Amino acid sequence: MALIEVKGFQKSFGDHHVHRGVTFNVEKGECYGLLGGSGVGKSLILRSLIGLEKPDAGTIKILGNDITFWDEDQFLDLRKKVAYAFQGGALFDSMNVFENLAFPLNQHSDFSQHEISDRVLKILDKMRLPGCEFMATNRLSGGMQKRVGLARAMMLEPEVILYDEPTAGLDPSNTQKIQQIILDLKNDGVTSILVTHDMPTATQVCDRIGILQNGVIVAEANIEDLQNPNYEPIVQFMKGNAL
Amino acid sequence: MKWMEKVGELGLFSGQVFKKFFTQKLDVKKVVEQIERIGYLSMPLVVITALSTGMVMALQFGLGLEKFGAKLYVPKLVASCVLREMGPVFTSLMLAARVSAGIASEIGSMVVTQQIDAMRALSASPYQKIIIPRVLGCLICIPLLVAITNFIANLGGMWVGVSDLNLDHIYYFQKVISTVVVKDFMVGIIKSVFFALFIGIPACYFGMGVQNGTQEVGRATTNAVVCSSIMILTGDFFLTKLFWMVEKWL
Repeated sequence: MALIEVKGFQKSFGDHHVHRGVTFNVEKGECYGLLGGSGVGKSLILRSLIGLEKPDAGTIKILGNDITFWDEDQFLDLRKKVAYAFQGGALFDSMNVFENLAFPLNQHSDFSQHEISDRVLKILDKMRLPGCEFMATNRLSGGMQKRVGLARAMMLEPEVILYDEPTAGLDPSNTQKIQQIILDLKNDGVTSILVTHDMPTATQVCDRIGILQNGVIVAEANIEDLQNPNYEPIVQFMKGNAL
Repeated sequence: MKWMEKVGELGLFSGQVFKKFFTQKLDVKKVVEQIERIGYLSMPLVVITALSTGMVMALQFGLGLEKFGAKLYVPKLVASCVLREMGPVFTSLMLAARVSAGIASEIGSMVVTQQIDAMRALSASPYQKIIIPRVLGCLICIPLLVAITNFIANLGGMWVGVSDLNLDHIYYFQKVISTVVVKDFMVGIIKSVFFALFIGIPACYFGMGVQNGTQEVGRATTNAVVCSSIMILTGDFFLTKLFWMVEKWL
């Protein structure tokens, strides 16, 4: 059974119809890549999956719940299981790195401060950011901010992670580090959706990809099937040719 | 008619703030942080405003009343005006500029940098973490700052009364004490509670309403200050009228 089901998703802003019926499923443990040109509304779909945006029509089911018409309070439990890694990290600038990472645990766990401290230091180590815990967030580089943002999303050990352009604007070394983190999480059984323009990352970490264009998914394929001529639209997109 | 929509939205937002205040756990640490920022850090501004207001009022009343040989009434007039009107209104207007602008721009920047979205995504309530501490900070600090203004403005009045109007300082002090009653003080303080809401809620509302980048943060800040100032000035008339009717009825 699919862990995430998006069916006939529609969203408009005034006369601008961004989505005209997006449909796709993500199976448990799968990493689904959502690709498409700039401004086609990839991040908007991701945001809708945790209730940061509301669809105009269609249904969204996640972890067995139909969340289409949920209000803010109903999302509180779901958001502990479905994490969102923001494009720029979206770190709280009034807090240092440690406080940012401890925030979800302080908010939702009964751990002692000692246990929280242990978990924060452990995840910083895993993210290859040792010794950064007391740095102000505005002193971190772009790559470090993304990794701290990703670490914060992982603090509650979610079942699903939604990655919004996790490698955008990063150098090859940082890109590789992020790819490895996503792969490690996938190996741990975490289901994920990856929104990206970065083709090497998509082919490296995704099991399946879908191309979003003109408000619908125009093509879907398993990574290993990309050479199949039936999947020409995806191959063309990945080569950088317009669909 | 867009402003009518805004008024309606502000009303709904205020309702949400009150509802969440009574239904969500209070983050005491955040409230204390806001008390420091809104209250303690506003002290120099309040002291300067209060001192200037008291001194100018004493000087103006003194100059006007001297023509009629009535400058002995300066302490009574200054004390009554400061406690009932000038203290709460001037202090709140100054705080509307400082606090409202600060809150709106801070929250607006948090919206632009997706920090509010991140908070929601981490299953934390922006009302609990951001809005209620700021509104409560205003509610706690502004009446206290108004009380401080009342005291300092009267001191400023006394200073001018003694140095420029040649009034005896003991006479000035006695006149203030004999004129002022608890009711005068309470009217000003109750007004300031309303003014605190007029500062805190619009500031949070306009900050949270930022959508399209940093340019809108500036616009939200301006709107918050203008809205708070208008609400304070118009609200002052209606509150004064209300207190006047209540006093007559009592």
